[in-house]
Amino acid sequence: MSDVRSENRARFGVPANSMVFARGVRKTYGSLEVLKGVDFDVPEGSVACIIGPSGSGKSTFLRCINHLEKLSGGILLVDSQFVGYDLQGDRLYEVKDDLLCQRRAEIGMLFQSFNLFSHMTVMENLIEAPTQVRRIPVDQARAEAEVLLRRVGLADKVDRYPRELSGGQQQRVAIARAMAMKPKVLLFDEPTSALDPELVGEVLQVMRDLAESGMTMVVVTHEIGFAREIGDQLVFMDGGVIVERGAPREMIANPQSPRTREFLSRVL
Amino acid sequence: MGVAHPTEIGVEPGVAAAVSRLTVVPQRRYGIWVGTAFALLLAFLIIRAFASNPAFAWGTAAGYLFHPSIMRGLGNTLVLTVIIMLLAIVVGTVIAIMRVSPSPVLRAFAGVYVWFFRGVPALIQLIFWFNLSLLVREISLTLPFLGTLFSVRTNDFMTPFFSAVVALSLCEAGYMAEIIRAGIKSVPSGQAEAASALGMPYRMILKRITLPQAMRFVLPPTGNEAINLLKMTSLVTFIAVDDLFYTAQSIYARTFETIPLLIVVAFWYLAVVSILSVGQHFLERHFGRSDTRREPLTMRALRNAISLRGVAR
Repeated sequence: MSDVRSENRARFGVPANSMVFARGVRKTYGSLEVLKGVDFDVPEGSVACIIGPSGSGKSTFLRCINHLEKLSGGILLVDSQFVGYDLQGDRLYEVKDDLLCQRRAEIGMLFQSFNLFSHMTVMENLIEAPTQVRRIPVDQARAEAEVLLRRVGLADKVDRYPRELSGGQQQRVAIARAMAMKPKVLLFDEPTSALDPELVGEVLQVMRDLAESGMTMVVVTHEIGFAREIGDQLVFMDGGVIVERGAPREMIANPQSPRTREFLSRVL
Repeated sequence: MGVAHPTEIGVEPGVAAAVSRLTVVPQRRYGIWVGTAFALLLAFLIIRAFASNPAFAWGTAAGYLFHPSIMRGLGNTLVLTVIIMLLAIVVGTVIAIMRVSPSPVLRAFAGVYVWFFRGVPALIQLIFWFNLSLLVREISLTLPFLGTLFSVRTNDFMTPFFSAVVALSLCEAGYMAEIIRAGIKSVPSGQAEAASALGMPYRMILKRITLPQAMRFVLPPTGNEAINLLKMTSLVTFIAVDDLFYTAQSIYARTFETIPLLIVVAFWYLAVVSILSVGQHFLERHFGRSDTRREPLTMRALRNAISLRGVAR
């Protein structure tokens, strides 16, 4: 395993501390080109925030990271490894489903609409993947789940069904569910966009705690304040390309590209 | 909570008094009264016709209610219904999964299956399978080097009962496939997406995430299908399977007590349908449990009554 990583590092120039490494990522649906060559780096333990107008390709790019979408071109490595492929010589072989699932299990993902399993209680949601995919004993999974639920402040909701919870609580459960797989990186796809304004704060607080504990995070968001405060880098995407990137504070205070300036003036 | 009482929100005393003097006059619904009178009259006439006409021969019907042949027929009808329904659910689930599969060939195969088995009347399918021997004389499995492993004459195994099971379960599976497919489609795609993101493979997602959630949508129409199927099994009379209807028929062919025996048959079908409806209700409640509040309905009604008492006019 590790020599695959060092091989990839040497061959593609992946930095030693890289968690997400993208070069020339393209994605097309028929004749529609959604991503037109995206280069992107997320060092381990850092937080990258992606902003941009809707239709800019930011969600599609996020879904490429855990191979929910297949790339049409370019390379994308997580922890210096391909997610959906095995590299042999100059050929990328698509991996079998069970191997893809194993690798995907190490990449957590959060959705705008939470997507908690609605026929399961909070506890069942948390232990489903650890017990079914990783084959961890139920008792151990439950114990770990309880720790995670305490961490997101929902220890008293273990036996509740998702629809008995507020949106903010559901998203916190979803974060705990993703954390239960002990992922190397967490992907957030507009995690607070479906929430009532007064519930946004509790979810951002949990994300802030995660960032401070050293979790690597890629966050597609409209919360500029969160990006400025927590993000290590800020990326502005438009029309399927990265228009501008930089340190959040400088970029928000003094955007270089006119498109970035225009977008920020509309959302701030 | 309901509406706050005027005094609780500090309205001036004069206004509060004016508000509390108001009374609500219900809307007059004359049409409903006329309709009710008409329905009662109709019910009276029907009951009188049933009670006074000696041709109904209620006493004879009661005498046949637990007749051993009728009991055997009822037993066969129930066995047929259960076997056919179980097979239809299994086959229907397989066809439904094929219909939502990524492979266009599997999707087309399932589509043609549903098109054919739903399109051809059940009675024709039934008689077709019963006469399979006209098409295929014997069924055998012959392998190179090993020779013939087995060979059976079609007539030896295509008994009336077996043809009934094959024909009606294939036919019913066409309907079940559509119901289950609709159930699978009704589960939001985000559920499967979240499961993939957690590293669950396709089969596991179907088994643990999609199908259990589809159950909630699948159950009510499946209950209806079971009830329809129970009645549809009376078609097997045509190929001489001794179900409830067939045994009744063979009795009244001898005794000419046609109406009393039809009453017996109708009574038993109604009785079983009623039991199935109750069972369906409990199944739906079981699978809908993530949907309903945990508080029992009676508790909620009680609490509402208490909290409303203060504001009743």
